[in-house]
Amino acid sequence: MEYFLILFSEVYKIIFLLVPVLTAVALIVWLDRRIWALVQKRRGPNVVGPFGLFQSLADALKYVFKEIIIPASSNKIIFILAPIVTMTLALIAWAVIPFSETFVLADINVGILYIFAVSSLGVYGIIMGGWASNSKYPFLGSIRSAAQMVSYEVSIGVIIINVLLCVGSLNLSDIVIAQKNLWFIIPLFPMFIIFFISALAETNRPPFDLPEAEAELVAGYQTEYSGMMYAMFWLGEYANILLMCSLGSILFLGGWLSPVDMFPFNIIPGPFWMIFKMLLLFILFSLVKAIVPRYRYDQLMKLGWKIFLPLSLSWVVLTSSYLLYFDLLPVN
Amino acid sequence: MKISRVFKTVFMIDFLTGLIIAIKEIFKPKKTINYPHEKGTISPRTRGEHALRRYPNGEERCIACKLCEAVCPAQAITIESKEREDGSRKTTRYDIDMIKCIYCGLCEESCPVDAIVQGPNFEFSTETREELYYNKEKLLENGDRWESVLAANINADSSHR
Repeated sequence: MEYFLILFSEVYKIIFLLVPVLTAVALIVWLDRRIWALVQKRRGPNVVGPFGLFQSLADALKYVFKEIIIPASSNKIIFILAPIVTMTLALIAWAVIPFSETFVLADINVGILYIFAVSSLGVYGIIMGGWASNSKYPFLGSIRSAAQMVSYEVSIGVIIINVLLCVGSLNLSDIVIAQKNLWFIIPLFPMFIIFFISALAETNRPPFDLPEAEAELVAGYQTEYSGMMYAMFWLGEYANILLMCSLGSILFLGGWLSPVDMFPFNIIPGPFWMIFKMLLLFILFSLVKAIVPRYRYDQLMKLGWKIFLPLSLSWVVLTSSYLLYFDLLPVN
Repeated sequence: MKISRVFKTVFMIDFLTGLIIAIKEIFKPKKTINYPHEKGTISPRTRGEHALRRYPNGEERCIACKLCEAVCPAQAITIESKEREDGSRKTTRYDIDMIKCIYCGLCEESCPVDAIVQGPNFEFSTETREELYYNKEKLLENGDRWESVLAANINADSSHR
């Protein structure tokens, strides 16, 4: 009986986390389209619900009722599995994201490593989708995507090492608490910029949306997908973007901490600041989408391997030697 | 590479300039309209849905000369005619296949009595294909409904003909 109680409480907690995340994904899609439209002096989705807020809901409803077409020559099991894998991996990473000191589903001591591992696995959904479609555009798109995500994960990993050097812990809550006096965006500002750009590449956002470059690859790995399976791909994609926003705010912008520890700010609860910072980062994400043209593939690879990797590696040396020289290392 | 170029690249000056421009653009007035609720202005020459007009006394204008049928590049018009009791030649059948029609406006131009015209209405989509095979009744009904607009449009355009 008590096993059932434990199970029930865990399921309750998971639902309490997942429902807001999925709602946030729906709203963020709307926000993305709206900002994109505003920058181009269009109106964007503004009909369904107040300000068009329910647009994503209407879209989801449309996708549910559409026919799922499975190509005859595809590998059917993997074809069906791919969007499921993408969405599952995008959602399970949320387990370790802390929204405040107490509001975290699984406070494991290697949280950052877990997120890194899960987001690396995310590439499998895309490769599976592209390969199982048995069609040239999805295949080319997934090859590009795999190369791109692997390249930029390297620099993200090195950037995370920078932060870990300053914290001395892999726990995400500890990383936030270590920023009580000074957010890491100030001492590690160049790393924040590189993290942001790598996050764009990692989530296949413009200007690095080569895997689904519509001008040359139709829709990349999503070409053969339709109906709810396509919707699951984009749900996973936006959940990943949101995850990168939360990771950015935890690593560099002080997570749930208020900007200044003074009266009007510190009575506002932590989750509000966390969501506020994520939203700020996301607005930057969508503004970038609106203004930057797509990179060429060789430029993308050059940026990843020849510029970001040496830069972040040398910054690791810089950070560690600084910490060592001034005896500021968090762990002895 | 020039020093200024390196400076620009390292500090992402171009990107930041673009970002500032984008943020400024957000607060400028929109260039688009809320389409189904607001509509743009339409020229008197707009070639929209067809209509058959009548004279003010209720007599059909069409004299079944079949010039429109002859000129139609898509061969969308079918006309059959018969002599009426009073000796005038009138159509017994006037069909336009709105799916074949390419909305070129040649029928309107060829008509000697301004009977077949293309009105300003462009929102006549239907759920079935059959509804777009217009017959004489439908075209005359269109003409009755849009007559005031059609007359005004022909009048506005007459000085250019």
